[in-house]
Amino acid sequence: MAKKDSIKKPATHTTGSKIGHPINELISAVSTTYKDYINSLTPRLKLIDIFLTFLVLLGILQFIYVLLVGNFPFNAFLGGFISCVGQFVLTVSLRLQYNYENNSNNSSDKVEQEIEEKSIEDVNETKVDVDTIEVNDEKPFKFVTPERAFGDFIFASLILHFIVFHFIN
Amino acid sequence: MVETKAQLKVLGVNIETIRLLLQVIIFISIAGAAISSRLFSVIRYESIIHEFDPWFNFRATKYLVTHSYYEFLNWFDDRTWYPLGRVTGGTLYPGLMVTSGVIWHTLREWFSLPVDIRNICVLLAPAFSGLTAISTYFLTKEMKDSNAGLLAAIFMGIAPGYISRSVAGSYDNEAIAITLLMATFYFWIKAMKIGSVFYGTLTALFYFYMVSAWGGYVFITNLIPLHIFVLILMGRYNHRLYTAYTTWYALGTLASMQIPFVGFLPIRSNDHMAALGVFGLLQLVAVGHYVKSKVPSKQFKGFLMVSLSLITILGVAGLFALTALGWIAPWTGRFYSLWDTNYAKIHIPIIASVSEHQPTAWPAFFFDTNMLIWLFPAGIYLCFQELRDEHVFVIIYGVLCSYFAGVMVRLMLTLTPIICVAAAIALSKLFDVYLNVVDVFKADSSDDIKVDSKKSKTKASTSTSKPSKFILLLSKGVVLLSFTFYLVYFVYHCTWVTSNAYSSPSVVLASRNPDGSQSIIDDYREAYYWLRMNTPEDAKVMAWWDYGYQIGGMADRTTLVDNNTWNNTHIATVGKAMCSSEDVAYDILKKHDVDYVLVIFGGLLGYSGDDINKFLWMVRISEGIWPDEIHERDYFTERGEYKVDGEASKAMKDSLMYKMSYYRYTDLFNGRDGMDRVRNQAIPATQSPELDVVEEAFTSQNWIVRIYKVKDLDNIGRDLHSAAKFDKSSNQQTKRKRIIKKPSLDLRE
Repeated sequence: MAKKDSIKKPATHTTGSKIGHPINELISAVSTTYKDYINSLTPRLKLIDIFLTFLVLLGILQFIYVLLVGNFPFNAFLGGFISCVGQFVLTVSLRLQYNYENNSNNSSDKVEQEIEEKSIEDVNETKVDVDTIEVNDEKPFKFVTPERAFGDFIFASLILHFIVFHFIN
Repeated sequence: MVETKAQLKVLGVNIETIRLLLQVIIFISIAGAAISSRLFSVIRYESIIHEFDPWFNFRATKYLVTHSYYEFLNWFDDRTWYPLGRVTGGTLYPGLMVTSGVIWHTLREWFSLPVDIRNICVLLAPAFSGLTAISTYFLTKEMKDSNAGLLAAIFMGIAPGYISRSVAGSYDNEAIAITLLMATFYFWIKAMKIGSVFYGTLTALFYFYMVSAWGGYVFITNLIPLHIFVLILMGRYNHRLYTAYTTWYALGTLASMQIPFVGFLPIRSNDHMAALGVFGLLQLVAVGHYVKSKVPSKQFKGFLMVSLSLITILGVAGLFALTALGWIAPWTGRFYSLWDTNYAKIHIPIIASVSEHQPTAWPAFFFDTNMLIWLFPAGIYLCFQELRDEHVFVIIYGVLCSYFAGVMVRLMLTLTPIICVAAAIALSKLFDVYLNVVDVFKADSSDDIKVDSKKSKTKASTSTSKPSKFILLLSKGVVLLSFTFYLVYFVYHCTWVTSNAYSSPSVVLASRNPDGSQSIIDDYREAYYWLRMNTPEDAKVMAWWDYGYQIGGMADRTTLVDNNTWNNTHIATVGKAMCSSEDVAYDILKKHDVDYVLVIFGGLLGYSGDDINKFLWMVRISEGIWPDEIHERDYFTERGEYKVDGEASKAMKDSLMYKMSYYRYTDLFNGRDGMDRVRNQAIPATQSPELDVVEEAFTSQNWIVRIYKVKDLDNIGRDLHSAAKFDKSSNQQTKRKRIIKKPSLDLRE
């Protein structure tokens, strides 16, 4: 994925757009993304995504309840809602860190990375700085192994739940 | 220091070991310098709490260590704001008290060092200043390298801008807040750099600690989102930002809502909306980023344009709508006055009346951070040159805080850390270039040798080198020497400023006798102690709000108003009592069960911070509530002058404050006109004010504190004026006249 993107990069500066045009593009973009998403799903990511959907549903459910009934014990609502939101973002963070595209610990990936890096450097040798930044962007979590990501996730979740229980009273 | 450098040369042990050893030694020296330069006031005077606010903190801490933690959290304080009381648990930031309480318990139970709680409170700020230096080191290390970190640590350790709020005895929230600020920022930078949820959580936890300690946490709440926002605008979004920010926001916001004083503010107030907005934006950007990685860039551009414009419009409109509907509280006055600098002066005189809320003058910047102030822009510039993600943070922090520090004097405190960091970056860049003699001695591997040894080394070897090398070395030497000079001078400046400007306890006034010996004026404590010893335990003391905390802390009596200015009307009531005539004032005093009235008068000694100089603020604040009864104009003379002498206006002379301040004052001058040394005006002996509704109870040695007892209602129901007049006339026995006339009275009901 990264490769495709970085090759495309130089061609970006020639895009004019009209008003009606973008909406079609929007729809097609969404559909491509969805297809690609289905293709790239591993069992683990699937599990995470199901959990995420569940969290979103839970949050929406609570929100609807609040809209219907009123928010009298406001702290309880906030506790429940923010625990959903917090757990959601933590899980998304975990997912981002699990996603092998973002993680350079995969050895084969690393090789690819290096090749790619070289090829880019060949193309434009003058802008070495820019390239290193961009390459850096492709693999954001150089220092986080999946195991560590999971440990962090547990730590953060525990703290989140402790605070939520404290807040719900 | 010198010995270890010699070891480096002689022993030739592993360079990392030596570096570690040096770092430890440097840290110990920095902490030593930071602590010892804050002890001037303790050594010169004594170990007491200094200013006004710390007295409340001290009192709360005492309550915490004498009662249980739960009692502290649910403490209803009925000894302040007399008729109302104060729900202390819900109106204070408990971080400071809990910290010193924990230290007290730890020392007492684990180390068997039963230290008085007062000493812990006095010495908390110096202890934490060492920690501030260390966390500044770590923060700067993330920005550049450990060399810059050490420089920043020493700057932070002794910079007067920070010392001014953290000398021993200033037991204020800022004492630990700056440490926590630096620690939070360090963890934030760390989290942002490696995208770790763990560091994000730590950021949130330190943020929580910061929220519990200081109201200035809003600064963090707005700075971190701004950092993210700028990074997004620069097109530097990556998933690390997402993990770091969302973790911090989700945990930090929920955690900050646990502090009762903060409550639901993080979702209700406009000060916190930036963080929420960026949180939402970041979700969308993350989705956009994901889509971008999947679809061709041409399609993505369309996607981006449509969605971005929609979101921005919806978000901004939503914020305005919610604010207009009143679901989100608008900016609080204190924050709003940062943007509209005239706002406080016009609408809320009580904010403008605090001297710390004035704009900063230029010399103050130089005074507080000697040479760092001109290295600060250079450091920002150098950050621009490299411009990594964390440098954006330094730049934003620097720019934003420079503005705030220019608007308000007390925000100099938050500017000082970034000045230290930026200056350290600039200076260490310079040292990197000019300390590097490797290119001169190609064979010589000089790794990390400090200035002094380098000098000797270069001098020794110049004889063998070529002239061009010699000139190179000379130029480097000159630059290094000059900057070493500046650094040494910086230390001198900091020590001088600390010693002369910032190390005076406001409780004890020091002055010099003609022979140079020191004389200490201790009127405050004399008077407070008199109150403590000679008044009933439930006596209510009315004074202007400045002295509320000190009366509560030292005299241990109930006050009507204090430095926590949460109820403006109550303060205006006290102001009205002070600035209206005796009859009106007596009514107010009686309605509030006041037993004693305390005024500060500096006319005899030339102490300018007295109540007559603050009098106009009392007038203004009460005029804001009772515009019909109090007019500021009445207190000036015909020509618009503020005078206390014979030409003073009638309202001025009739006011309770005037009368209480100058009561019997001319007696001191043996019948001649009394000289007010602050106003430089003569109080005419013939017009010496007379008090009917209060009687003098105590006047301190130098007449700084005067305490008056409110008289009881007259026994036979006269008003106190006529009673006093009757007493006087019967004593003097002047008028022996009888007038038999029918008094004009109404019907008795």
